[in-house]
Amino acid sequence: MDIIPHLLDGFLIALQPMNLSLVVIGCAVGLFIGAMPGLGSVNGVAILLPVTFIVPPTSAIIFLCAIYYGAMYGGAISSIMLGIPGASTAVATTFDGRPMAVQGRADVALVAAAVASFTGGTISVILFTAFAPPLAHVALVFGSAEEFALMMLAFGTFVGLGGDDIPKTIFSILIGLVLSAVGLDIISGAPRLIFGDIPGFYHGINFLVLAIGIYGIGEILWTIESSRGEVQVSQAVVSFRRVMSALKEMGKSVKTMIMGSFVGYFVGLLPAAGATPGSIMAYGFAKTMSRNPDSYGKGNIDGVAAPESANNAASTGSMLPMLTLGIPGSPTTAILLGGMVIWGLEPGPRLFVDQTEFVWGLIASLYVANLFSLLLNVAFIPLFIWVLKLPFTILAPVIFVLCVVGGYAPTQDMHDVWLMLIFGVAGYLMRKLDYPMAPMVLAIVLGPLAESSLRQSLLLSEGSMLVFIQRPISGPIMGVALLLFLLPVFKSLKRKYASGADTKAG
Amino acid sequence: MRRAELLMAVVLAIFSAYLMWKSAELPIGWVPERGPGGGAFPFWLSTGMLLSSLWIFVRALRGVTPQSQSTEPYFDSQSAALVALVVGALVMMIGAIHWIGVYGAIPLFFVFYMKIIGRHGWVQTATFAVLTPIVTFFFFEILLNITLPKGVTEPLFYPLYDIFL
Repeated sequence: MDIIPHLLDGFLIALQPMNLSLVVIGCAVGLFIGAMPGLGSVNGVAILLPVTFIVPPTSAIIFLCAIYYGAMYGGAISSIMLGIPGASTAVATTFDGRPMAVQGRADVALVAAAVASFTGGTISVILFTAFAPPLAHVALVFGSAEEFALMMLAFGTFVGLGGDDIPKTIFSILIGLVLSAVGLDIISGAPRLIFGDIPGFYHGINFLVLAIGIYGIGEILWTIESSRGEVQVSQAVVSFRRVMSALKEMGKSVKTMIMGSFVGYFVGLLPAAGATPGSIMAYGFAKTMSRNPDSYGKGNIDGVAAPESANNAASTGSMLPMLTLGIPGSPTTAILLGGMVIWGLEPGPRLFVDQTEFVWGLIASLYVANLFSLLLNVAFIPLFIWVLKLPFTILAPVIFVLCVVGGYAPTQDMHDVWLMLIFGVAGYLMRKLDYPMAPMVLAIVLGPLAESSLRQSLLLSEGSMLVFIQRPISGPIMGVALLLFLLPVFKSLKRKYASGADTKAG
Repeated sequence: MRRAELLMAVVLAIFSAYLMWKSAELPIGWVPERGPGGGAFPFWLSTGMLLSSLWIFVRALRGVTPQSQSTEPYFDSQSAALVALVVGALVMMIGAIHWIGVYGAIPLFFVFYMKIIGRHGWVQTATFAVLTPIVTFFFFEILLNITLPKGVTEPLFYPLYDIFL
């Protein structure tokens, strides 16, 4: 595989005037969305996906990935200025970013976040460019059994590594899969799960209806409830001289940023992990490796650099399994994957063979998006601070209207708008009880593929489940998936054993 | 919180059982030559849903989850009122779309949300109430060619269609 010529071709696509302007607009939109407290990349991508139907798929995904990137940069802005994470991915940035802002060094923190994001993004895109083609090449031989095993692996990571309540996680995965089965049965064509004989269910439940419901309506309800009361916006003075001196200060953080990028990238590959745990882990590593860990949490610039490089690296990392295997590495990439299906592309390794323009245009656009996010971020810091001062009672109705119109657009059926509202409210009520939402969104996107690969495999094996274990590639994948599913059991056994030993000793 | 946790598990269990019953309308066993029947996939998954919601219920009953130990209310009265108001406004807006269309419902929603919930001034409210539908029209109808529902206001748009479409 010759990567360099492909990449150059990709740049030619990404630098076409339309695509380039989409990257710039996407980065700017992403920065705003990321900067708004409560909204992150997943919300932006879910709400704005219907808007991209106007442009060809390559441009559409370039635009959405630019939003994804921009939002990762933007999340830091409200973490630093308000002390409220702009998105869950920027939680770790508040630990040191907020103290820095309180000390009057908000501008240094903002520049540090931007530079660290750029470093994380760039390192991870390079890793991505190197790893993606060989992985896709290997994945080309995968059959339906392997596909199904990979999906089990993806769900397994939620159970084993997700860190949420186990039965609630399992419930979330299963309900997502069941909702994806609504509509016409893929093999026999018979209608199924047509609730109350309402005709709107015949075309199935579009994943966007669930995604916009949960990440649009539900998220705003969540923010309305949790952000009552006044918040204090820090002041930031931004001048060219201060930016330059901040850059100089960043020199010390190079090692931290590189470490953060690698941690973020590899954590980002896992479907259940991604940018939030990646950035928190990077923060933890930076603190342990530091010579004076006590300065963390009190405004250490490394404490901003580590999580910010990691969350950007993780967002690229999560795109690797999405593009090469058709298994999304994060809720945001799950929505992108669903978008690819709407645009008429078949996700998975064949993309690298059949849709080289799409794949390499996208990869090259990531390099470009990175650069523009950095430039826009530093240039428009005052503007973002103004956005933070916008009252939520203006933002909320605008976003609600976007959700309603966006929920209507894909199928042009009011039925879906009502369904979206129901999902939004139900998801919000469940989220209040710590039911994780990401597995549900991932499951509804993967559902149709999971069902068809399961049924095809079983048809070939004449009903024997052993097919998943006996094949040379699917066997080990299935084994790891099973291990992940059983991991919580091992953990609790270990805990019981340990406490049992304690009582004996005591 | 504890009551909400238990109640949610019960509601979800009932919903799962309903899904199982609904899936069983299609063959859930092995269909010769065709593999598993059309209902098998959702049936076994909703069985799993039922089992996990029972599992959630048992854990809540034994007080294992943090929610079932929490004495905080699921909603305090203030946020319950606020959320109910917002959801009510959304229901009214979506309902109104059937009748007076998107371009009638959106301005009303803005007036309600910004004026009553947000207590903003009339100038600000009017700006958003007027600009949002205009932007929506040009973006979705003209640029994306997606016709949004207009209800009884449909005839008002004929001149606009003549100009732009």
